[in-house]
Amino acid sequence: MSFGPNPWQQTNWDWRAAGNFICGGAGSGLIAATALSGVQGNMLALPMLAGMALVGTGLLCVWLEIGRPLRALHVFFNPRTSWMTREAFVAPILFALALASAAGLPALAPLAGLAALAFAYCQGRILQAARGIPSWRSRATTPLIVTCALAEGSGLYLLLNTWSSDQTPMAVAFGLLVLARALVWRAWRRDIADGAAPRALAALAPSGKALIWIGTALPLLLLALAVSGIAAPMLGASLLALAGTLVAATGAFFKFVLITRGAFNQGFALPHLPVRGVPRATNKPIN
Amino acid sequence: MTRWAMVADLRRCVGCQTCTAACRHTNATPPEVQWRRVLDMEFGTYPDVQRVFVPVGCQHCDEPPCMDVCPTTATKKRDDGIVTIDYDLCIGCAYCSVACPYQARYKTDRATFAYGADPTTSEALRHDDRRLAVATKCTFCVDRIDAGLAQGLTPGVDAAATPACVNACIADALAFGDTDDPHSNVSQLLENNQHFRMHEVLGTGPGFHYLWDTKREDSQ
Repeated sequence: MSFGPNPWQQTNWDWRAAGNFICGGAGSGLIAATALSGVQGNMLALPMLAGMALVGTGLLCVWLEIGRPLRALHVFFNPRTSWMTREAFVAPILFALALASAAGLPALAPLAGLAALAFAYCQGRILQAARGIPSWRSRATTPLIVTCALAEGSGLYLLLNTWSSDQTPMAVAFGLLVLARALVWRAWRRDIADGAAPRALAALAPSGKALIWIGTALPLLLLALAVSGIAAPMLGASLLALAGTLVAATGAFFKFVLITRGAFNQGFALPHLPVRGVPRATNKPIN
Repeated sequence: MTRWAMVADLRRCVGCQTCTAACRHTNATPPEVQWRRVLDMEFGTYPDVQRVFVPVGCQHCDEPPCMDVCPTTATKKRDDGIVTIDYDLCIGCAYCSVACPYQARYKTDRATFAYGADPTTSEALRHDDRRLAVATKCTFCVDRIDAGLAQGLTPGVDAAATPACVNACIADALAFGDTDDPHSNVSQLLENNQHFRMHEVLGTGPGFHYLWDTKREDSQ
């Protein structure tokens, strides 16, 4: 049992922190999807560089948020327990591998993809380790953040490369990832249902609806039209690009809400009320 | 071993906020910061209502989530259970603040004072720029404890070695001491009363105990 002041939205992390999860997730997902696609040349270089730019933008957002930016290098001091430190360690490795593969060493692309996965995993664990926020500390948060990154990244990959060559295999992978994101979101939503404050769940609801309908159902429909051959090639490519954009946009919206609107703490809990004078007939809380 | 801990008797606290004021004065915290806060809660519906005053703050946990997430190792736990912050290491990322289930941490970017733009004499003397834009929280008045121990005093018994909030409490609702010592004041309070710790299910092992009733024969 728990009662006390109502939980309230945390105010320590704002849009800048959300920016890290939005850009870092999509960027690392883009690099992972590009590595998965096996493309070379400009089709490899452009998404790799775009992914790096996104991850870099996310880290810049974090740098803008910290109170003592000149001490930013202190972030490397606690790899033993802090997922934020681990994310910081993975970032330069990710940049080096992605840059090298974009600069003419495509053999390093799979390693860049693995580093990108590690980066997204660290982001998930960062949220999951925040025990003060019920909607973050769910065990399903890390799988959700990782699948979000992969779905959004593969969507951005299609946006960038769908006009250059036939992307049917990646489009199928994209569809599976979008479906996976929706399923993991449902599992996460079920997991937080008991612990998160009703107001947090209400705040998260619009982004969840957008993620399911605009970010899953509609893109899958567009994807089916594109790969079925009904649409002309250019139209099919445009449909894939639109589907990718919708998935990335709804993922960004969801993460923004998750950080800035649906991150209620759990308030204060008193399992017992004080017994003053004559003991109450019941020790159960009165509400 | 020693495990410093706080005990708050919810039956005694009258919500006077003297502990809050004493903490603010002792630690020179800004107006919007209350390392020792007293919640005013109301429960029930008329005519069966109850009002409870609940002192809260850093719980100095056995397994502090704030320490694990801190990327800089600024947050540490001493062998005696006190959780500390190294203001020179902290980067002010506020990760500890979102990890703390007790909303005990604060970050203030600019210096603010109780009476307008200019500090009072006391505030001017005690202002510390190192505490700006980094995480801060209740320290259990660790400097008083350490100075008192160095003089052979007993924290929780001798006022000079005891946290300011405990010294100031008008209702004797707050007690401080070593829970590893079975004869200490706090161990005796815990022995003779029913008590709980907040959000215990999270496994943080808070060093802040709340008394709510005397121990009865039928109590668990």
